[in-house]
Amino acid sequence: MMNQIVQGILLGGYYALIACGLSFMFSVMRIINLAHGSLAVLSAFALWLLASRFHIPPFYGLAIVLPLMAVIGWALQRFLLERSARGGALLPILTTFGLAIVIDNMLFEQFGADTRSLAPFIGSLSYDSWEWPGSIYVGKLAVIIFVAAVVLLGGLQLFLTRTGLGRSIRATSEDPDTAGLVGVDARRANAIAAAIAMVTVGLAGAFLGMRATFDPYAGATQLLFAFEAAVIGGAGSLWGTLIGGIVLALAQTLGAKIHPQGFLIGGHVAFLVVLFIRLYTSGLGLRGLLRLSTGKAS
Amino acid sequence: MSLLSVEDLVVRHGLLQAVRGISFDVARGETLALIGANGAGKTTLLRAIAGAHQAASGRVVFDGADLSGVPSHERVRKGVALVPEGRRLFVQMTVEENLLLGRSAGRLGDWSVEKVLETFPNLKPRRHAKAGHLSGGEQQATAIGRALMSNPDLLLLDEVSLGLSPLIVDRVYASLQGLIGSGTTIILVEQDLNRALSVSNKVICMLEGRIALAGDSKTVSRDEVTKAYFGLHRKAAGGVPA
Repeated sequence: MMNQIVQGILLGGYYALIACGLSFMFSVMRIINLAHGSLAVLSAFALWLLASRFHIPPFYGLAIVLPLMAVIGWALQRFLLERSARGGALLPILTTFGLAIVIDNMLFEQFGADTRSLAPFIGSLSYDSWEWPGSIYVGKLAVIIFVAAVVLLGGLQLFLTRTGLGRSIRATSEDPDTAGLVGVDARRANAIAAAIAMVTVGLAGAFLGMRATFDPYAGATQLLFAFEAAVIGGAGSLWGTLIGGIVLALAQTLGAKIHPQGFLIGGHVAFLVVLFIRLYTSGLGLRGLLRLSTGKAS
Repeated sequence: MSLLSVEDLVVRHGLLQAVRGISFDVARGETLALIGANGAGKTTLLRAIAGAHQAASGRVVFDGADLSGVPSHERVRKGVALVPEGRRLFVQMTVEENLLLGRSAGRLGDWSVEKVLETFPNLKPRRHAKAGHLSGGEQQATAIGRALMSNPDLLLLDEVSLGLSPLIVDRVYASLQGLIGSGTTIILVEQDLNRALSVSNKVICMLEGRIALAGDSKTVSRDEVTKAYFGLHRKAAGGVPA
């Protein structure tokens, strides 16, 4: 049992990493980026391309891919999301849904349907492990991913609270009109936030490729995990995202222990339970929840 | 030369014309009181000067530069700062963080967090408190301090006494007195006529989006202001003066 808990916590680090960008974009720009998973897979493919064609190991490849992802994030915000956000709350969701389809199919056209992995390019790191007391084996890569998640979330927290640019991003997320009145360029702050979110997506994509296999259509599953972790942790809260990731992973791990097919179901159940508790405690009450579930919400 | 010239400014809220072709000048160092009943267009006029509301026509010329089409954050960079109605603080941030945001425009000057805390001593013990947890007076002081942190040439104060007890209003104005005397150019929207006339050099009374009365605060009579405020002069003269 202890082994499952440790593995669940470590897996939670990966989920926190992939949920971080989704949560960040939602909290700053109020945009639910449905292309989030596809962009992570795009990053994984970019690293795979660098490793297989140009023999650049994935960890070095990050030096090329992460700045590229930042530029993609900045351009996406400036030329696509910012414009679609003017059309109301629904339009950015449809836009990013369309973007996900475009990315998935472009990857399919370019790389075919074969599954790939970055594991062959990182030596024995993908399967090396340490033995802890009590015959608990922890993967070195899983520990690296967990530490990377904690460092990234901590770094983001420090950036947002201790720097002028971070304060500008927080002010923009809280009230963009008033941010303008105190001299903050809200468009610039949003574009920078999108660039940061895409860097975290790029990193998550790299670890996705190292710890598992991926194919052009793997983005939807990653989006689902990111969404569940973000909602469990409270969308917009950085450390909440880590807790959300850990809760999701623990539920999945414990679900798999109960039944071989319980991995995904365990996570979905945890997500739904937290969602209902949040809705219930938000003042909706039991009657409101019932009306919502029967489609009679006013 | 005027620091600010408002020329035939028209501002709309949808179909409603809130400001109807207003023109006036403010010289450097002057304090102008904008008075008028609710819905007269005072707040809309201030927001249009600050760039928070687009003008339908007319011009706002600041320090010789036409501000038409210039976004609000650029106007702060040029030296225009607004203390908005309702304070509009970033409630998730601390007092200090709110003040530091005022520096976003990157304008150099004397104002610092320490100087704001000296000007508004009630903020000193609340420096690390979240803005959402402050009293009304503390919130107003933070909002004014945040605007001052951008070292503005023109400070726009929109109803700083709104929702505050008379005692707190006295404290806020006592803190503002030093500012008014320091040569900072100020446009002040105030519902309290006596206070508006006592702190300003010039007064403009607005009525239904137009200027009903403009004059020197020290020479304009209380009776004239009251008539303009309630539109009584219009009934007597048969129309609103342009």
